[in-house]
Parts: sequence; C-alpha cells; structure tokens
Amino acid sequence: MSALAGIGEFLVLFGTVFYFLSTLGLIRMPDVYNRMQTATKSATLGSLGVIIGTGIWAIGEGLSIAWLTKTLIIAVFLLLTNPISAHALIRGAYKSGIPLWEGSVVDKYKEHLEKKSQEGGEE
Amino acid sequence: MAEASRISKFLYTFIVLFIIWLFLTASVDPQELTIGLVFSFIVALLTHDIFTTRGLANLHPRRVAYFIAYIPYFLWAMLMANLDVAYRVLHPKRPINPGIVECKTELKNEVGKLALANSITLTPGTITLDVDGDRYFIHWIDVKDASVEGASENITRPFEKFLKVIFE
Repeated sequence: MSALAGIGEFLVLFGTVFYFLSTLGLIRMPDVYNRMQTATKSATLGSLGVIIGTGIWAIGEGLSIAWLTKTLIIAVFLLLTNPISAHALIRGAYKSGIPLWEGSVVDKYKEHLEKKSQEGGEE
Repeated sequence: MAEASRISKFLYTFIVLFIIWLFLTASVDPQELTIGLVFSFIVALLTHDIFTTRGLANLHPRRVAYFIAYIPYFLWAMLMANLDVAYRVLHPKRPINPGIVECKTELKNEVGKLALANSITLTPGTITLDVDGDRYFIHWIDVKDASVEGASENITRPFEKFLKVIFE
C-alpha cells in the first residue's frame, strides 16, 4: 500500500462520514428548508471526498492516471450542478406554499413578494 | 460590458471543450488529440453563441490568478460549512434559528451572480432561495442579523471580493 492509496482511503472514509451526517440531518431537521441545508452541503462535500478519493486510491494501486482526471471532471460537474438543483428544489417548495418552521425569525421573501404583487395591482 | 466578437466567443468555447476532452481521455496520443480537436470544433461551432458572452476576455491572467486563489478559499469555506452542519445535526438541542434574509450584491454580470449564488448555497448555513435583480433571498439556518446590510456583510461580502475580479 502506497501513500497515495492511503490518502485515497482516508478521503473515501471522510466522504462517507459526511454522507452519514447528511442522512442524519434529513431525519433530525424540522422542515424542508433546513433539511435542504444539510442534504445539499454534506452530500456535496461527501461526494467530492468519495469521488476524488477513488481517483487517488486508484493511482496508488498502480492503475492509470485516467482514473484521477475522470474523477476530477465528475467532481467539478457535481460541484457546479448540485447547488443549482438545491436552489430549484427549495424555490419550488416555497412557491408551492410549504410553510417555514414555527421557530423561524424573519421572512423577507414574503414581504418582497407581497410588495411586488401590490405594485402589480396598482398598475 | 460589451459582448465579444463571434470569433473570440468561438475560440473560448473551443478551448474549454478541448480541455474537458483532454481530461476525459487522459491521453496525448495524436489520434485522440485529432478527433478531440474535430469534435470540439463541431460542438463549439454549434454552441458558442449561448455558451459565453465575453469570449476570450475570460482568460485574462488576472482573472485566472484570482480564480485559482478562489478555489482553496472556497473549499475551506465548504469544509467549515460541513463541520457547522455536523455540529447542528449532532447537538442534542438542535441549535437552529432559521429565517429568510435579504442581501444586496454589487455584481452586475449574470454569470457572476450565478457563481455567487452557488457559493452561498455551499457555504456555512445559507441556501439561495431566489435572486431578483441585485437582491438575494437567502434561507439562513442561524440568523444573526436580519437587516439587509448586516446579512450582506455576513454572507456575500467574503466572496464578492474574489468574484468581482473574476467576473466583472
């Protein structure tokens, strides 16, 4: 086992720990918005760790460099697209009228939408 | 900023596609390179008009340098975000104080706004709900300051100093 394989194994372990935390967050958080927080962040970092870790691990085991470059491309695509899907989901949830958790402190977006519809009504 | 010429846009798209091809094949065999050049050329020809508005100006050395400096900064912020989430999930009392706050941004460029929204989503306790002009509506898991200025100071400022150079 080379040093690179060791780093790869550590990264995969690190990623799976965050996968676990992400799932636990889905159970423990009170409403859809807070669940999106844990699910997006931990799942993205967990995937980054696992994917790049796999690439480095493969190099350490003597496989071709193509493993690492491909996993890097996958990681970059994931990093760019995951937050957009999270944004689309959370916006869709808000638009379909799912209420915030009762402990929430402010809702500036509601004020903004009300103001906008009033202006639209006056015109 | 004015839109770049077609040639510049085409060249930029071509370069980006070819770099992706290089990573995907991970080989410098002349046969692979030739077919990669041909396909990058065809795809760039079809898509360069919607892919970029500034063309080669994106590859200005200062922008590239700031972009490279931004990567470790961003990854560090992301790691901190995850440790923060882990703390909130594991803590028995579940210390959350959520709400939707409003931020203002100084960025004008659409791609810059997208990059800022993505950065906000992946960093500590915040997720972008909607963008309207220069106003961001952000779901914040632990609201420390509900005013517009305070929230901007806490959420968007740290990234803007990089993104302003990269995208403006």
